[in-house]
Amino acid sequence: MTDLAVNGNDGAPILAVDGLRVEFRTDAGPVVGVEEVSFAIRPGETVCVVGESGSGKSVTSLSIMRLVEFGGGRIAAGRIGFRRRDGRDIDLADLTPAEMRAVRGSEIGMIFQEPMTALNPVFTIERQLTDGLIAHKGLSAEAARRKALELLQEVRIPEPERRLKQYPHELSGGMRQRVVIAMAMACEPRLLIADEPTTALDVTIQAEILALINRLKRETGMAVLFITHDMAVVAQMADRVVVMYRGNVVETGSVTEIFEAPQQEYTKTLLAAVPKLGEMRGRPAPERMRGFAAPGSKTPQQPEARPARPRELIEVRHLSTRFPVRSGLFRQTTAHIHAVEDVSFTIFAGQTLSLVGESGSGKSTCGRSIMRLTEPSRGEVLLEGSDIARLDSYALRRVRRDMQMVFQDPFASLNPYRRLAAQVAEPILNFGLARGAELEDRVAGLFDRVGLPRSFLRRFPHELSGGQRQRVAIARALALNPKLIIADEAVSALDVSVQAQVLNLMMELQADLGLSFLFISHDMAVVERVSHHVAVMYLGRIVEIGPRMAVFEDPRHPYTRTLLDAVPVADPRVRRSREDRRARTLPSPIFPLGHEPAPSVYEEVGPGHLVIVE
Amino acid sequence: MRRFRTSKGMIGLILVGLAILIAIFAPMLIPAGLSTKMHMAERLHPPSLKHILGTDELGRDLFYRVMLGARTSLEIAVSAVGMSILIGLPLGMIAGYFGGWLDNVLMRIVDALLAFPALLLALTISAVLGPNLRNTIIAIGVAFTPYLARIIRGEALRVAQLPFVEAARAAGTNNLNMLIRHILPNVMPATIVQGTISLAFAILAEAGLSFLGLGTQPPQSSWGLMIQASRNYLDISAWTALVPGTAVALTVLGFNMFGDVLRDILDPRAK
Repeated sequence: MTDLAVNGNDGAPILAVDGLRVEFRTDAGPVVGVEEVSFAIRPGETVCVVGESGSGKSVTSLSIMRLVEFGGGRIAAGRIGFRRRDGRDIDLADLTPAEMRAVRGSEIGMIFQEPMTALNPVFTIERQLTDGLIAHKGLSAEAARRKALELLQEVRIPEPERRLKQYPHELSGGMRQRVVIAMAMACEPRLLIADEPTTALDVTIQAEILALINRLKRETGMAVLFITHDMAVVAQMADRVVVMYRGNVVETGSVTEIFEAPQQEYTKTLLAAVPKLGEMRGRPAPERMRGFAAPGSKTPQQPEARPARPRELIEVRHLSTRFPVRSGLFRQTTAHIHAVEDVSFTIFAGQTLSLVGESGSGKSTCGRSIMRLTEPSRGEVLLEGSDIARLDSYALRRVRRDMQMVFQDPFASLNPYRRLAAQVAEPILNFGLARGAELEDRVAGLFDRVGLPRSFLRRFPHELSGGQRQRVAIARALALNPKLIIADEAVSALDVSVQAQVLNLMMELQADLGLSFLFISHDMAVVERVSHHVAVMYLGRIVEIGPRMAVFEDPRHPYTRTLLDAVPVADPRVRRSREDRRARTLPSPIFPLGHEPAPSVYEEVGPGHLVIVE
Repeated sequence: MRRFRTSKGMIGLILVGLAILIAIFAPMLIPAGLSTKMHMAERLHPPSLKHILGTDELGRDLFYRVMLGARTSLEIAVSAVGMSILIGLPLGMIAGYFGGWLDNVLMRIVDALLAFPALLLALTISAVLGPNLRNTIIAIGVAFTPYLARIIRGEALRVAQLPFVEAARAAGTNNLNMLIRHILPNVMPATIVQGTISLAFAILAEAGLSFLGLGTQPPQSSWGLMIQASRNYLDISAWTALVPGTAVALTVLGFNMFGDVLRDILDPRAK
């Protein structure tokens, strides 16, 4: 690869954005996307642009690539200085589309958030890699193939020869993102723009991809512009940080300056909202996030006086859920996906059990099986003694009053065509619990309860922000006074500051109403905040379960350790110099018909702390 | 109502309003004899002061005929499309929402109907039931139902998989309420779009049936019938086709614009 001298590491910036202003045309006239954005990136330097949704961080990166024009945007003012390979200084904002095409992909590479959609599903990996090489570098087909193979080796994809012939859907998410990076690296760009490259990935995969980007940067001396919403990732990656809020740059500085001496109020809030793994060390009960107490709410401390042994609310015994894999002309079942395999746990009244695991671990299916939104294949779910898994649909409907669910996507979990009051009232109406003025009172009371103004009653979902919508979803779940709420990645789609508020609301409700939560999440730091008990899932099984302190402070199963190890720490001084390893391939949860996996056997390593015996 | 204050909304509203007004009032205002009175000496006359839109192949005044044809054409088109929505919407929603064997059975029936050209199907129904206004409506309505059911089914299938449906199920909503409260409003946009497009095809289908002697019966006039009758004289008097053709085009345009705006009004997000 190129050495540092070629890229000219004389300290002069490769990219210098100065006073950038981007406008979008709308029916109501031009709307400012970002304004007064200025920063510079030197060779071999990583600049992180961090901000919440709507901060303009993606607009900034798309403007540098001049891709913003395809989304109806226009660079209204400012200069985007870029030093080309041949040393000429150009203004990207002034280039003609044809000139820009020569720079794009060749001197500036880009990685997108969604590795699923950034690759064309109908072309092989080879075709996607070689297209750019043939177009930009004029390589012959054979030379391009050799180069493609080299690139796959460069991004450490195992069995690169075989991968070239595969299609994107045959690769895992992490592997796909490696291919996307290989494509971006194909023409040895001087600047790599990574727009939320790890947001859609699991933590362990995220750690791998971050290490890969760091190694490539070191080896080639390219500049990296890294867009993210995750302060922990910033702490691990950045040399310098640009904090954005509502289209403006709030603060710029070196990574230590930003984390240790933030100047602006917004930066401080952002940092405070990030749950940091390990900060709950030695504290057995969940605690609310600081600085986000709702006005008028009670002291954030949990009441210490709790019964010596809490009551068991729900007991799950040997739960398994399998999905048929159908194939052939007559769609016969040819195999089973063992999504949940022999899972047992107990949730106590007024407590939170968290299910953690990566995508495909079966944690969501597990939650849905308990609600019987997915039919479990075997096992028992005992809610105060009665087995939910065996109820008929009539009895099930009654039992569901005691269990409600909050879903991940606050945009999709509310009906866009119905007013919020009607949606929150629906469960009450379904069970005929109230009508008329009494119903209205109850719904208004629920809005008060979750901290939404009553003026929202008559509104539609699209008029609310993500966090507000999630509050509506929680109000709807509370409408039936349930004993258990299953929160399936309920805060994952929210911005950190909003996430903190929603988490606090959930903990407050638990303290006031004695609710139990089954909290399904992939985010270890959040789980550490909210849980009494934690169960770690891997390939459909619980590999480790126990009190939160035991699992987090004394993890016994290797997978739990891997998971905890992969979480980026929101502190630039504790950077983990992770070596860039080869991508792993996950074992498959698909088994032939009639396959009976061995039952889960656990060893008790501490009080209530169980680890699976392999 | 603010939505109609766009130029598109206004044009749609005016065109549809005009078509409906003409359909209602033309038969009251125009003496019955005028549109059927034949002047053999004035056949295929171009527009003149006496006949402002000219005359047809039998010397009948095209202005009066197109005015009176509005009622027949609109009545058939609106009723037939209404009927296809009345049948196709619930069928599609049920098939898409419940899925499984019910979906399979319903959609195989729909597929079987789709295998026949819509016009042929309408022709058969009309021939069996006998040619009159009511049977023409039934024939076209039945022939259009499978198209609508197919589209609604696809939409219902998509909506049924959205999390809010699952959330409602977890909250104890029964199937009937689920269909009415959650599925119906979400499939309405597709219904409106398909419905307004169908109106145009219904007007033309009526023309086809009339041409084959199974739709509107002369001397009653309809736009379709007029277009069909004009085909032999296109080279010498194009206006005999242009007059009813323009009426159809303007009405269809109006309904399409009206439908677009109606869809936006029903969508709370488009404010």
